[in-house]
Amino acid sequence: MSREVQREKTREKKKKIAYFDYNLLFLVIFLLSFGLVMLYSSSAYISANKYGDDAYYLKRQIRNIAIGAVMMFITAKVDYRVWKKFGWLAYFGSFFLCVIVLIPGIGSSSHGSSRWLGVGPISFQPSEVAKLGMIFFMAMLIEKFPRQMGDWKTLLKLLAFSIPVVGVIAAANLSTAVIVFGMVVCMLFVASPKYSHFVIVGVIGVIFGVCFIMGAGYRASRVQAWLHPEAAGDKGYQTLMGLYAIGSGGLFGKGLGESLQKLGNVPESQNDMIFTIICEELGLFGAVCLILLFILLIWRMMVIANNSQDLYGSLIVVGVMAQVAIQVILNIAVVTNTIPNTGVILPFVSYGGTSIIFLMTEMGLALSVSKGIKLESIE
Amino acid sequence: MFGLVRNRTYNKKKILVMGTLFLAVLLFLAARVVFLIYYRGPELAEKAKELQERERTLVAQRGQILDRNGVILAENQTVYNISVIHNQIEDEKAVVDLLSEKLDMDADVVYEKVSKVTSIEKIKNNVPKDIGDEIMAYGLKGIKVDEGSKRYYPYDNLASKILGFAGGDNQGIIGLETVYEDVLAGENGELISTTDARGVELDDYMETIEEPIKGDDLMLTIDYNIQCYCMQTAEKVYRQKEAEGVSIIAMNPQNGEILAMVDYPEFNLNDPFSFTGDFSECTDLNEMWRNSCINDTYEPGSVFKIITTAASLEENIVSLDEQFFCPGYITVDDRTIHCHKTTGHGSENFVEAIGNSCNPVFITLGLRLGVDRYYSYFEKFGLLEKSGIDLPGEAGTIMHDKENMGQVELATVSFGQSFQLTPVRLMTTVAALINGGTTVVPHLGKTIIDSETGESTPISYEAGESIVSSETSETLRFLLEKVVSEGGGNKAYLEGYEIGGKTATSQTLPRSDNKYISSFLGFAPADDPQIMILIKINDPQGAYYGGVIAAPVAKELFENILPYLSVLDNKQ
Repeated sequence: MSREVQREKTREKKKKIAYFDYNLLFLVIFLLSFGLVMLYSSSAYISANKYGDDAYYLKRQIRNIAIGAVMMFITAKVDYRVWKKFGWLAYFGSFFLCVIVLIPGIGSSSHGSSRWLGVGPISFQPSEVAKLGMIFFMAMLIEKFPRQMGDWKTLLKLLAFSIPVVGVIAAANLSTAVIVFGMVVCMLFVASPKYSHFVIVGVIGVIFGVCFIMGAGYRASRVQAWLHPEAAGDKGYQTLMGLYAIGSGGLFGKGLGESLQKLGNVPESQNDMIFTIICEELGLFGAVCLILLFILLIWRMMVIANNSQDLYGSLIVVGVMAQVAIQVILNIAVVTNTIPNTGVILPFVSYGGTSIIFLMTEMGLALSVSKGIKLESIE
Repeated sequence: MFGLVRNRTYNKKKILVMGTLFLAVLLFLAARVVFLIYYRGPELAEKAKELQERERTLVAQRGQILDRNGVILAENQTVYNISVIHNQIEDEKAVVDLLSEKLDMDADVVYEKVSKVTSIEKIKNNVPKDIGDEIMAYGLKGIKVDEGSKRYYPYDNLASKILGFAGGDNQGIIGLETVYEDVLAGENGELISTTDARGVELDDYMETIEEPIKGDDLMLTIDYNIQCYCMQTAEKVYRQKEAEGVSIIAMNPQNGEILAMVDYPEFNLNDPFSFTGDFSECTDLNEMWRNSCINDTYEPGSVFKIITTAASLEENIVSLDEQFFCPGYITVDDRTIHCHKTTGHGSENFVEAIGNSCNPVFITLGLRLGVDRYYSYFEKFGLLEKSGIDLPGEAGTIMHDKENMGQVELATVSFGQSFQLTPVRLMTTVAALINGGTTVVPHLGKTIIDSETGESTPISYEAGESIVSSETSETLRFLLEKVVSEGGGNKAYLEGYEIGGKTATSQTLPRSDNKYISSFLGFAPADDPQIMILIKINDPQGAYYGGVIAAPVAKELFENILPYLSVLDNKQ
């Protein structure tokens, strides 16, 4: 046998065992489809009243998913290791975007904080970009010190790198900053062989968080609205309306399209509050099924991260996984009034342009990492 | 693959730890959802319902008002309420153009309402059905056309002062509409409607809890034809004599049924809040709505001599052939009271005296009766009480207190001056005196027709009591017939019919105004009265004697009404 032929054979063999996590892909497709149905259901009435088109939000969401699908296809095709070169660029780019969005006149505001950046006809949320940027950056950075991760010094140094970006994001959008910070901590946690450090970081974080909340008047009033949404007037209104919707659902819900709370009672019913409408229409059954879907999604990412051929890929998937998990947790915790109200969207389901595009891009990355898995290592 | 940093075992373990943490939190949240739906669900769902649902009254249709033969005098009309829903409008210009054209509204005004960002903006209420249909036919988005019901009076100002009208909430405001409110109003229903956050009702979620029950129909004693004819006659007199007002009441003296009641000028029931037509100079709504047949009192004047006669006949203090002499005046205590014929009637018997309406003769009779007896008859004839007619705001009689009545007061009361009563009160008493002596309750409500079963229930009125003997009554009829056939009421004489009656001319207070009221009270046929008519002309210009201007009107009315009544009789 000539070398040529042998090489040909190995290539064939390699091709045969090349892995691709279709489970993850189908989960994402299923979640997106389910999201579209619920988005249309929750937004049709308001959208018809506001824009004279019941599919206004649906159409825009479909457009964004289409863009997201292209991005996902690209990132899934491209070898994820390419992004290592862009680590620093992602870091400074994120920082830059998050700073300029704060400059009055450049960023456009919504709900009192400036969160949007417009370039020509396109407008996007830099904080969503920063989530991806920080995943690239942290994965690259951690990979440079794989053996020093057990040191306090390295840990704090790496954590310190994330502070400028997290701080800038926090200036406009506290909940996103929490998500980014949580994501960074998760990546460091996975990279480090120790537990004690993170327990300490966790305790400090909690103390700091409580002081932070109690310190500012408007955040303290949010806590009041959380404890007694009935008595909090406007501040507790959204929460209360969401609880009414959840409580109205029963075991199997009122049926698809039958929500009454979506008719303007629940503000942002297509957005942050979509989970409440799901509860009202599909009941406990639907809500638990959706939570299970997210658990499956996280499990698939966990499998990919565990079996990644290198630490870099593993960390990227851990970052994505942490982001999705934290957002799902925060969103459901907020709408069930488990924690004080803060604006976090439900991944893949809520309406949102930048977020859905970047989430799908990140799913593409996870799929790309899954391609590096050698089947024998699973079996 | 050199330079590759491997995924170490502790990394894998930590990924597992992290995933387990996430799983635990998610399961906790799932439990939280279970808690919310299972344990707090009923309470939350109840609160949500309170927020989403709204009780709304379904206004019951008002019963109709019919004349005695079934002619509809008050009914309900389907109308449309037009509003716009800003968010649903597609072609704003087309909507503004259509609405301003069809509703005859200023385009700027409509534009202002259409462009207002409200959930729902009212454009116009009570739009006629045909116009509403036309607007609907265009099918423009954003225009909401709601059906409603509005009280409608087919004959505008016919019988306006007795019918009264119903207001925007379908409740009676004046007249029969208020008196028979309970009969006409029906019972409102209830509807639970579900609304969106802005309060817009959702058509798919309407639930009727209770159907409204239509009000019962009310059949009146009024005869549409007689009412029409009386009003035309009143209007004619009002114009010819440039009078301040003309009232005509037609009553069946046997049972108190009011066949017609006119108080011209009458107002438009379909537009009761505008001063139109003869009311263009009026500024007071109550002035316009006032029914002077019952709401105002006046001095009855010589018509009241019927009462003095009846009392005298009952007491046997006068006989028909008794001779009197009228020098043109009579002295009571130290006062000289003139007869209307200042030169005097000379020698006359009682029949002639009543025909002449001679004041001294009736003053003589009054003095013969004395204050005590006269006052007791005044009371017995019900003149101090209200007639009890089924119309609101009946005025009471303004009469001297018995203690304050001296000979002079008695003298003036005997020929119908120095006190006031309502036309309806006077008629009711006279009806009893001529119908054989039995009192009647004047009324307009005849039967109530149940809206569900169609069953008719007659409205009963208190059975009459006897106030004079039938002989007195018969004599009275004979005397009053003589007044028309031979005496001062001869202008009401109608060949082929026996009509009884009495004229009157009275002055309004203060006397210095020189304003007169001419009136005539007549009935026919004289031997068995079936209809009694009172005509009262307020402040006529030119001649003002009742015998001159009111009696001919009575003749004209009898001329038309009597054949009509006999036609009805033949039919029955």
